[in-house]
Amino acid sequence: MIRIPCPFCGIRDHSEFTYGGDGSITYPALDAPLQEWHDAVFQRENICGVQTETWHHVNGCRMWILVDRDTMTHEIHAVRPAHPDLAKALESSS
Amino acid sequence: MSATRLTKGGRIDRSRTLKLTWDGKSYDGFVGDTLASALMASGTQILGRSFKYHRPRGVMSAGVEESGAIVTLGTGVRAEPNTKATMQELFDGLSAHGQNAWPNVRNDVGSVLGLFGRFFSAGFYYKTFMGLPPFEWGRGTGIWMQYEKLIRKAAGMGEASRLADPDAYDHAHAFCDVLVVGSGPAGLNAALTAAQQGKDVILVEQDFELGGDFLNQTDPAAEARRIELITALQAAGVRIMTRTTAFGLYDYGTAGLLERVTDHLALKPEHSPRQRFWTVRAGATVLATGALERMVCFADNDRPGVMTAAAARSYLNRFGVLPGQNIVVTTNNDSAYATAAELAVAGASVTLVDLRPEGGGSLSEVMADASVAVRTGLAPLRACGRRAVNGVQLARAEGNSWATADTLPCDLLLVSGGWSPVVNLLSHRGAKPKWDADLACFLPAPCPDNVVMAGSASGIWQGDACEASGIAAAKTALGQAVEGPVPGGWDTPIKPVYEVGLPDQKTKGFVDPQHDVTSSDVRLAHQEGFVSVEHLKRYTTLGMATDQGKMGNVIGLALMAEALGKEIPNVGTTRFRPPYTPVAIGALAGRNVGDHFRTLRRTPMHDWNLRHGATMTDAGLWHRPWYYARAGETITEAYIREAATVRQAIGICDVSSLGKIAVQGPDASEFLNRVYSNAFAKLPIGKARYGIMLRDDGIVMDDGTTWRLSETDFLLTTTTANAGKVMVWLEELLQLRWPDLKVHVSSVSDQWAGVSVAGPKARDGIAACLEDPDAILAENLPFMGVTRTRLNGGIDCLIARISFSGELAYEVYVSAGYGERMMDLLWAAAEPLEGCLYGLEALGALRIEKGHVTGAELDGRVTIDDAGLGKMASTKKPFIGSALRQRPELLRPDRPQLVGIFPKDRSQTFNGGALLCKPGVTEGHGEGWVTAVTHSPALGHWIGIGYISGGHGDWQGKTAIATDPVRKGDIEVEIVSPHMFDPEGERMHG
Repeated sequence: MIRIPCPFCGIRDHSEFTYGGDGSITYPALDAPLQEWHDAVFQRENICGVQTETWHHVNGCRMWILVDRDTMTHEIHAVRPAHPDLAKALESSS
Repeated sequence: MSATRLTKGGRIDRSRTLKLTWDGKSYDGFVGDTLASALMASGTQILGRSFKYHRPRGVMSAGVEESGAIVTLGTGVRAEPNTKATMQELFDGLSAHGQNAWPNVRNDVGSVLGLFGRFFSAGFYYKTFMGLPPFEWGRGTGIWMQYEKLIRKAAGMGEASRLADPDAYDHAHAFCDVLVVGSGPAGLNAALTAAQQGKDVILVEQDFELGGDFLNQTDPAAEARRIELITALQAAGVRIMTRTTAFGLYDYGTAGLLERVTDHLALKPEHSPRQRFWTVRAGATVLATGALERMVCFADNDRPGVMTAAAARSYLNRFGVLPGQNIVVTTNNDSAYATAAELAVAGASVTLVDLRPEGGGSLSEVMADASVAVRTGLAPLRACGRRAVNGVQLARAEGNSWATADTLPCDLLLVSGGWSPVVNLLSHRGAKPKWDADLACFLPAPCPDNVVMAGSASGIWQGDACEASGIAAAKTALGQAVEGPVPGGWDTPIKPVYEVGLPDQKTKGFVDPQHDVTSSDVRLAHQEGFVSVEHLKRYTTLGMATDQGKMGNVIGLALMAEALGKEIPNVGTTRFRPPYTPVAIGALAGRNVGDHFRTLRRTPMHDWNLRHGATMTDAGLWHRPWYYARAGETITEAYIREAATVRQAIGICDVSSLGKIAVQGPDASEFLNRVYSNAFAKLPIGKARYGIMLRDDGIVMDDGTTWRLSETDFLLTTTTANAGKVMVWLEELLQLRWPDLKVHVSSVSDQWAGVSVAGPKARDGIAACLEDPDAILAENLPFMGVTRTRLNGGIDCLIARISFSGELAYEVYVSAGYGERMMDLLWAAAEPLEGCLYGLEALGALRIEKGHVTGAELDGRVTIDDAGLGKMASTKKPFIGSALRQRPELLRPDRPQLVGIFPKDRSQTFNGGALLCKPGVTEGHGEGWVTAVTHSPALGHWIGIGYISGGHGDWQGKTAIATDPVRKGDIEVEIVSPHMFDPEGERMHG
């Protein structure tokens, strides 16, 4: 079981979270061409090593977070709120 | 083997006799016994029959590695097969049976299989019964399935009860700084060291007594030390769990424990769970899991009366049983010497046979004092006797081979082939153990997690060193630099030997006795080209029995290495996987069985609905009214009446399970405009709009109405099934994609009780319940209007004029606590109007008549155009999914499209789930499928909706076949517009 240090709730079991997906994707603008959307939605890397992923603390604070996780070892290197303003606020308060 | 109970000694309480039943006969044992020790003391020798050959088996060990005394515990519904008698604590009234034998394990007809044993080598069944004449005749593997049934009857383990498990199991959770597994000399010291540093410690022991190897010692000083340590642990507040097995280690210091709460009790407390499944999250873990003594492979090394030397020591010193009178102890290391001496002191005639030409050095002098005869340079070649051992033929090493030596009579043959540290739990973490050639065992490798091994589990053989190692391990686990004792501890080195045999010998030497895997099987696997240990394991089933190779893995590896001409470390080892010992499925399930299998959600009007005659049905996690049958009505009669009543008068339906999300904030309308495919930016206050949201890939995600309550406040409704998913999606969009939008979403599904009031008299019915009846007049509340008003008695409510049934209809929402009051008011008004309550079945009939979609149609594969709602996709604004819905494949004109379906012969019915095909082509995937079927009261016959290639335009005047070969056969159907009733929508606008 992975234990995820939620920036809002502390260390919790991964069963409290749902996995989102690749957190490094920048989604195109809604009116961007089909090809850009195609690449963002379907062309994904299958990373062996550390990747940034989105997780949702669905049975907790309901916040989406970005997790840098090693796909080989499950080691988590960093966790931060997905919402950039919240991330900034947490950073400046710590 | 003629075992006897000693009159003194051991840890059993001779003043407290316990009765047990073995194969229908009654025996006595004492408090402190295991089932194995009690049966051994009473002279019972054959306790099992082997897996394949039905060979008689007796007790081979005193622990979890047991491969002989595997029995079925309990009877009837509580019969538990494959229990190790060596691990089962005795209690009064315990009942156990032998297994894999008929009529019983003493006289088993199946043992004739043993006579043909040389045919049953590795892969025998597959080679014989699959693909080869005369058994196959080219008929494929189908016939194998038939043979397999017979084979399974002949070979196997015990049989599980086929009845539902009557016992309760609990799940429990715990946290600690340090988890210590094993309470031997190392474990007790590790726990104490950590606790004395102020750490929160959990100590886990699978046995019913704490002490590990302390329990097998006769020295009073050892017992004093054990008591001293336990007392100190208790004083330090260590949480001690006995009868608890740490069966698996997982990421982040998580451990799985199985606590046997009542398995040892004669009278099970009524409200106790049988077992508790613990999930422990530990900051650090110390594994003091001990080591298991290995056998050596030689002919008939599985005879009753052959066991490990350590087991005999345990039976003698812990259980007060002298397991034989005339004992031969064979060894290749120092550890068996003490056992030999203790057995001799207890009165047995003992001969020690040491493989090492030089013997045990100074230990040999002790043997002389204990009048143990010592022979050196010899090893066991064959156990004599059929049903019990009566002698051992010895062999002398000659170069790389063996030569027959003399035969010694004996009634107990003990074997020590070296020790294997229990590295299983560390292996769960992916740390590959390292072979130590000097100690002839796998030693733990460094683990990236904070898991530290201690004691004999790390190859430390002496008690004092184990204690020191426990202290060091605890300190290491706590991040303190410390040097612990090094592995080893024998005066004379071990001389590794794994098999003793003559080159052309045709006898059976067992590597993995539990699965009847012999040394010839391992060699055969090699001959047939299996070179990887993983393949060897699967081909021979070595290490795949309930002990997971605790007894045989190392020997199997050594034999494979020899066959390959390699060193053991170059052959590799298989990875141990959880569980360390078997875990009952019931324990995994815990309380999540029966009604508690999943969460049950009830609407605020649940009890009210039941009081008014509702029959409930499952809708996801919800219980929703299905229909309200009147006396004598069937479900079909009930829903047809309900649906007809809605079309004629008024009906009330509990819709509280719909998802409700408050979308609030200055950018709420912009947010909804992006999420929904249709325009929301200009939705006026006091209006509702039906919306469809797509996924990124252009497929429909969900639909529902959204009500604008103020400039910045929307109430978004979702389907019951997708309430959770949509909420997560909106949160993702706001937090990840559009963090600049000033919008807050909160789930208010449980805060609102909602009903749909539908039918031509709906307005009259609701008006009678309102403080201000004018609020619902058509001019005040037009179609798709929303108003805030009050029910009689001052109950605030929201009313939206929206229709799923196609009738004049309203949804009325009140605060959840007022749900029943609202139902009282509405029902009091509707009943005199000849109205009814209606459930999901009638709701389904009404919406199918109208061609309104639900989850059955929006199944995650259809586009907005497929569902016939293409006009709801705005062309004036981009929205989620607007790009990828333009993919060519999603725009193909022959895609299946939503249609209505009539049976050609209107008296016929057809089934939901049927495939729609062209006449004469009722095979393959067909042209489409039926999603829902109902009897339509409005049309007077059965109708359905579904999808068919090209839509109803392409099928005008043509016949399709609804084919359902399993249930109903082929029915001819017509494809019509999905709007089968009131296509212009005049009724709901009325």
